[in-house]
Amino acid sequence: MLSYAVRRLLEAIPTLLVIVALSFFLMHSAPGGPFDSERVLPPEIEANLKAAYNLDKPVWQQFTIYLGKALQGDFGPSFTYKDFTVSELILTGLPVSARLGLSAVTLAVLIGCTLGILAAMRQNTKTDYSIMGIAMVGITIPNFVMAPLLTLIFGIYLGWLPVAGLGDGSFRNLVLPVIALALPQIAIVSRLTRGGMIEVLRSNFVRTAHAKGLPEHLIITRHTLRAAMLPVVSYLGPAIAGLVTGSVVIEQIFGLPGIGRYFVQGAINRDYTLVMGTVITYGSLIVLMNLLVDLVYGLMDPRVRYD
Amino acid sequence: MTAVLEVRDLKVRFATPDGEVSAVNGVSFDVNEGECVGIVGESGSGKSQLFMSVMGLLAKNGRTLGSAKYRGTELVGMPVKDLNKIRGDKIAMIFQDSMTGLTPHLRIGKQMTEVLVQHKGMGEAAAVKRALEMLNLVRIPEAARRLAQYPHELSGGMRQRIMIAMALLCEPELLIADEPTTALDVTVQAQILDLMADLKRVTKAAIVLITHDLGTVAGLCDKVQVMYGGRFMETGSVQEIFYQPAHPYTAGLLASMPRLTEGRREKLYAIPGQPPNLQRLPKACPFQERCDYVHERCVDELPLLRDVTPGHAKACHLLSLANPVSDPKAPSLKVATEARSA
Repeated sequence: MLSYAVRRLLEAIPTLLVIVALSFFLMHSAPGGPFDSERVLPPEIEANLKAAYNLDKPVWQQFTIYLGKALQGDFGPSFTYKDFTVSELILTGLPVSARLGLSAVTLAVLIGCTLGILAAMRQNTKTDYSIMGIAMVGITIPNFVMAPLLTLIFGIYLGWLPVAGLGDGSFRNLVLPVIALALPQIAIVSRLTRGGMIEVLRSNFVRTAHAKGLPEHLIITRHTLRAAMLPVVSYLGPAIAGLVTGSVVIEQIFGLPGIGRYFVQGAINRDYTLVMGTVITYGSLIVLMNLLVDLVYGLMDPRVRYD
Repeated sequence: MTAVLEVRDLKVRFATPDGEVSAVNGVSFDVNEGECVGIVGESGSGKSQLFMSVMGLLAKNGRTLGSAKYRGTELVGMPVKDLNKIRGDKIAMIFQDSMTGLTPHLRIGKQMTEVLVQHKGMGEAAAVKRALEMLNLVRIPEAARRLAQYPHELSGGMRQRIMIAMALLCEPELLIADEPTTALDVTVQAQILDLMADLKRVTKAAIVLITHDLGTVAGLCDKVQVMYGGRFMETGSVQEIFYQPAHPYTAGLLASMPRLTEGRREKLYAIPGQPPNLQRLPKACPFQERCDYVHERCVDELPLLRDVTPGHAKACHLLSLANPVSDPKAPSLKVATEARSA
């Protein structure tokens, strides 16, 4: 298993290189540049700027320069946040986003799995229909509707929780954004759990377990759950990578200094280095999470082999 | 003889989107201590569902009517909590599909010992010892190593042996074997049947063998019950069923068995037609559409089981197969008017 993990990590290097190259050239082939604005700069200033950022050189040369520096851990200065390097931006923002994302994932797994198991055990009853109905609503309501609603109710009318901002950094400030971020995830996880459970509950080995006279709780925990959670695990891998790297909408609405906004702003401003930074962060996380999913699979199902 | 299982007028119904399916339509029989009963029938004759309902293992849309008693205790409608004290302990069941019948992510040892922990309150060490004994009894080589293995590491025959060993752990009084050899290679089938024959001698358990294979029944069983369309067509001892079949369906089944002595070019015999659709079962004799001797009464009246000789019964209007004329004395239920107009 260890050698498999090491091999997979080595394989990730070419994958990431391709991602980096693709996004670099795509970004540079998009029209416009970081210094285009309403106000036209004098040509000599613009030429100076471009020279300072190596933008006057051919694209492939810019790429090799960027790659060389990136390999040494230098992801360059941001083009728009002028006093910051990309590394500084990401390293200050990522912990905020990650805290938010991981809390949301934890909440989604705890509540989603419980609801899904409950719905599956009470399949086609009122319990099942109401859980799945709420889940459907959870999936269909976009978070830019849900987030302001939550703020309005719990922040303003009831006044229980802060409306926005990190405040003193205590968890109180994260409650609403975490809920807003987690709701659709709870819905998805509960649906996946229910589906997995129903399929496994119908399987022959569960029938065998019933024939052995085992009590319901043992049949669920020992014979059903592990096999039923495989689809949830598959979904959670990439989902965690997505949640940890922040959500533009949630971070904007709740005024949180995460890195979610950099994905959008970087692209709109043609902030080449910032875009590359976010792409590398997200890409590495995806690769890592997928590896993790595959390793967890091995723990959950003895039939999975690594060779 | 004391009955371990008494079944009276048992019916199994399934609610489906296309209407109700009647899988079992009122069967009554006893399984006595130490006896081996064969239940024979085609796919869809209701033979598996009959015992699934006894074990409380019907699919969610299924329901059981009538009565099934284990040593006087009614099993039909029994709360699952109480049923769990009987199944796995007093009544055990093994299933057709050994490939998928064991939980893939649990070691064999765990799957075996949990039964003993549950029913006998055994400690881990005692349970492991007992599991080893059973694995040896079903002739599994390297038993100790098997306990630490997962089902996918074993062959199909080995897994079926494990299923059998698992079923016998608590020394049940009744073992229900639902087509235990169907999913296996022919040579492995023979080994498992050998094993079953041995177990029949070694254990005191009564055995119900559900199968579509008459050969299996001939080798193992004392009594045979032939099922068709959710009813018993004929019941009797193995000798009676094989050598003096009294029902046209039984005779048809026996004629359908391929014989090695037959000429090579001869075509295999098959009962014409298809098994009945359980959703639109004929109200009268279920076999009427495929029977060579079908006459008016078969369409109008449901034949009831009646003794041919003591212990040998058939549900047929005919006097006998040698003299296939309608027997006016045959007991029956009139169903004509509604069946015809419907």
